[in-house]
Amino acid sequence: MGSAELLQYVVAGFKSGAIYALVALGFTLVYGSTGIINFAQGEFFMLGGVLSVFYYRLGLPLLLAALAGVVTTAGVGLAFERLALRPRRDAGALVLIIITIGGSMVMKSLTRHIFGPDEATLPEFTPGPSIAFGGVAIERQALWLWGLTIVAVLALTWLYRKTRFGRAMRACSLSHDAARLMGIDTARVVMVSFGLAAALGALAGLAVTPLTQTAWDVGATAGMKGFAAAILGGLGNPVASVIGGLVLGLLESLSVAFLSSTYKDAIALIVLLIVLFLRPQGLIGRARREKV
Amino acid sequence: MTSDSILAVERLSAGYGRVAVLRDVSVDLAAGEMVALIGANGAGKTTLLRSLAGLLKPSGGRVWLEGADVTGMAPERLVRQGMALVPEGRMLFGPMTVTENLLLGAHSRPRRDESVRTDMDRVSALFPVLVERSSQPAATLSGGEQQMLAVGRALMSSPRVLLLDEPSLGLAPKVIADIFRVLKSLRSEGLSILLVEQDARLALRHADRGYVMRTGEIALAGTGAQLLENDDVRHIYLGARHDSRG
Repeated sequence: MGSAELLQYVVAGFKSGAIYALVALGFTLVYGSTGIINFAQGEFFMLGGVLSVFYYRLGLPLLLAALAGVVTTAGVGLAFERLALRPRRDAGALVLIIITIGGSMVMKSLTRHIFGPDEATLPEFTPGPSIAFGGVAIERQALWLWGLTIVAVLALTWLYRKTRFGRAMRACSLSHDAARLMGIDTARVVMVSFGLAAALGALAGLAVTPLTQTAWDVGATAGMKGFAAAILGGLGNPVASVIGGLVLGLLESLSVAFLSSTYKDAIALIVLLIVLFLRPQGLIGRARREKV
Repeated sequence: MTSDSILAVERLSAGYGRVAVLRDVSVDLAAGEMVALIGANGAGKTTLLRSLAGLLKPSGGRVWLEGADVTGMAPERLVRQGMALVPEGRMLFGPMTVTENLLLGAHSRPRRDESVRTDMDRVSALFPVLVERSSQPAATLSGGEQQMLAVGRALMSSPRVLLLDEPSLGLAPKVIADIFRVLKSLRSEGLSILLVEQDARLALRHADRGYVMRTGEIALAGTGAQLLENDDVRHIYLGARHDSRG
């Protein structure tokens, strides 16, 4: 295999990796504020694509349709937390996780019912031929994906580190009781983190739609990959989730290059299992310390 | 309830699930007073403070804060009403810096409250070591420094009633003395303090008044000096040998 060809696989890996990273960020946000895994995260990815297509077909300009897709999905995320999870918030993590699984089924079925079973797509954000770079062809949409991922990570880091609300979010992720004693409305923090997680998932789902198409059933795979990426990097740490996403995308792509495309989708599961066995805190994450 | 009490607890009952821990507990605290709550492990002292701070919903009784009924109010609202808890085990935000912990202490106050800055300076003056440690994660502080941070963080909410759960636990005598000196100076500035202590002698020596809790009820009440003189208290809580009632 020539080096240009290998490089092409690396580019492809980072392309999927950026998607996984955005989905993983959603897992990380919700895990941070609630301690639960939101198995409906993949459906936010799906809704982002399907709803953007819907708005685009209504006649909205592409970027406006995309924005509307993100905002509507964020609304679904907020409503899901408020209506399905908050009423049972004292029920324990297992119950809440099962509610998210149920929620994912409901979102999927309703989407199929409302928008139909067919695959759909969006035009590329900036149509045009791929850009040749060092013997490698990079699709313009891939640049959008990377750009959006970088912006999302920077925005989240800024929110976490520099804002009063981000400080409250971090406090919540450490102890709800202690956060409430500070006067933090933990219920609101949890709801907002669902909204943000949904927006990030939607962003990934619609940005990749021009490359892969979307449909009511694309959420499960995206969710699984994003979950594996979040675990690989280390749950609860935004930067780690992004690195986890990129590494996972790269591993998948290299497995296609050196093994066979048959194993591509198994890679995420294998990575998930290996990490959980050998390094449950993830590549970047530190072992959970005793809270002081 | 006396007319000048800032905090009045009337026949409060609370527990976990079906297990009743507190039964008909009545306690009051006057403005600018330091009151100690002593008693054996499991007597219900921590449960009482948790109920007062809103972390636990009482199953019966009333709590009045500055004349307003605050029974069952959520902790995030109570702290805005002027009640702050320094909880058992301190519950600091370990990976966050000392400064961030203090800022979180002021979270209940309006975003543009200028006096937050003043209170930050005040806490720094009370606990100068926190200034040296300001950019360190709270978890890296020594036990004594962590306790000072926990008290400082609670003060950042600008409370009128401060509840403290075992501030001396596990600390060196010199650090304990420092913390009690700060508490007494806060009291002299008008803060009302309700203090749970395992170390009964220490607590009663510094407090204006005390209550002795036994199996979820108030067994005795009196001034610090009276309780220190009381035979039962001396026998059971002040290190004399335990008798059959112990």
